[in-house]
Amino acid sequence: MEYGLDLEYSFNEFLKSFGISSEIAHVIWLPLPMLLVLVSAVVGVLVTVWLERKISAAAQQRIGPEYAGALGVLQPIADGLKLLVKEDIIPAKADGILFTAGPILVLVPVILSWLIVPFGQNLLISNVGIGIFLWISLSSIQPIGLLMSGYASNNKYSLLGGLRAAAQSISYEIPLALSVLAIVLMTNSLSTIDIVNQQSGAGILSWNIWRQPVGFIVFWICALAECERLPFDLPEAEEELVAGYQTEYAGMKFALFYLGSYINLILSALLVSILYLGGWGFPIPVELIAKFLNLPINSPFIQVFTASIGIVMTVLKAYLLVFIAILLRWTTPRVRIDQLLDLGWKFLLPISLANLLITAGLKLAFPQFFGG
Amino acid sequence: MSIAITTQIICFTVLSLVILIGALGVVLLESIVYSAFLLGGVFMSVAGLYLLLNASFVAAAQVLVYVGAVNVLIIFAIMLVNKKEDLKPINDIKSRRIISTSICLTLLSLLIRVDLTNVWSLSSPQNSIGEESTIRIGEHLFSDYLLPFEVASVLLLMAMIGAIVLARRDVMNKDISTGLPVDQELIEKSSEPLLTNKN
Repeated sequence: MEYGLDLEYSFNEFLKSFGISSEIAHVIWLPLPMLLVLVSAVVGVLVTVWLERKISAAAQQRIGPEYAGALGVLQPIADGLKLLVKEDIIPAKADGILFTAGPILVLVPVILSWLIVPFGQNLLISNVGIGIFLWISLSSIQPIGLLMSGYASNNKYSLLGGLRAAAQSISYEIPLALSVLAIVLMTNSLSTIDIVNQQSGAGILSWNIWRQPVGFIVFWICALAECERLPFDLPEAEEELVAGYQTEYAGMKFALFYLGSYINLILSALLVSILYLGGWGFPIPVELIAKFLNLPINSPFIQVFTASIGIVMTVLKAYLLVFIAILLRWTTPRVRIDQLLDLGWKFLLPISLANLLITAGLKLAFPQFFGG
Repeated sequence: MSIAITTQIICFTVLSLVILIGALGVVLLESIVYSAFLLGGVFMSVAGLYLLLNASFVAAAQVLVYVGAVNVLIIFAIMLVNKKEDLKPINDIKSRRIISTSICLTLLSLLIRVDLTNVWSLSSPQNSIGEESTIRIGEHLFSDYLLPFEVASVLLLMAMIGAIVLARRDVMNKDISTGLPVDQELIEKSSEPLLTNKN
């Protein structure tokens, strides 16, 4: 079935009209979506940093950045430029190779995971069959980079931060994967496109959040823990560990950690909106709007309208979740390390297992509502 | 030669080189931390080989299990017990090395023989199942491979119980390996919060 814009097909046809073979057209096409997604991820980080500064300021009754551009919108760019031109310091007693490789290993899996984030029916880099499973396995690489930079810094705070990050990441990965598994069970597919399409039947009513409320909460808590956001920011708890594994880092290497953590936050918010909030779906089904306007669903106007609505809805939902994450940062106290592990292993793990079992049972009992 | 095949050959060469050099590094490097990180690199490259073979599910599972769990735990353990300790010199190191080398060479020759005698039936690209492999693996795991699957889970359960017994030595008063009474002072007995009892 072919619906929605297929930019790749049109691009290839366009190049073929100049007499370029389809293979070369494919090679020319390949870097374009990757570059686009990379740029949008970095721009997303800039927006999130600005939001974080402004919302933090509002939560503390300050004004926040004001002079760099209107309302301080250029402040994140100034921050980034400052980090870019700073001296790159490798401490004398640190392990140079591992010290450099650590931040790269933290950032690369996060950016690779953007491969599966869809902004519309055909608006993603690659609709790989293993979809969401790819993200789970890629996000499990990150703790190696954190352990590496913690060890290589040759600093006890860094090592403790790295160990905490790894322990936290291992414990919260299991409930995260189990709550994703419940969604996969309902969709009968691992692909993110299929997961969104499964929720597109009746607009807001068919979103997974109504069928998986427990899974939604477990997933959101685990995603916050994986991103090391504030209720769970033990690896870099500044009152205890200076800055955790980032203590010895400066300049661009620190910027890589910074970028990695914010890209990860946006990615998690995007995935929550894809898994539970209907992805690119508008609260009212677009088919209904088309019928109301008496336009055929395949008309170019409706196609472009659907695609733009899709991008806007995905980004809107993701930034709503980012807003909630920033508010949580200033309204919740940090958990202790034993509370963190207790919450992960003794509360979230049994709950997500029970959720999976109940989902499987409901799927057998009501196949029309929970995926046949 | 088309672009796709050239890319495949380049990827295969790079991955194989990384696997070979990385595996040699794991064995030969002095620093155990470097060995552990290189092991992670080797696991990643093996996942890359699976990807080249169109087995994306196996590749992702390889990354999740071997890199994300096994390797992280190995590194974790190394960093928690990073004790500088001079090992006792082994007296008959020469004969041991000869024995281990001969065993390894025998295994290698066996593998080479299998490689040369077996008829490798290559399925044509049209027959490869590609993205459907996830479903196919699931079907096999719950039908003809059910017994090995369940036995593997029992094995993991046994390993888990063993780990708990080793970690919670306060349930035993004798050390398993030496038979000496365990120094109970070294074992944290209760997990009472440190701050709440102070008034």
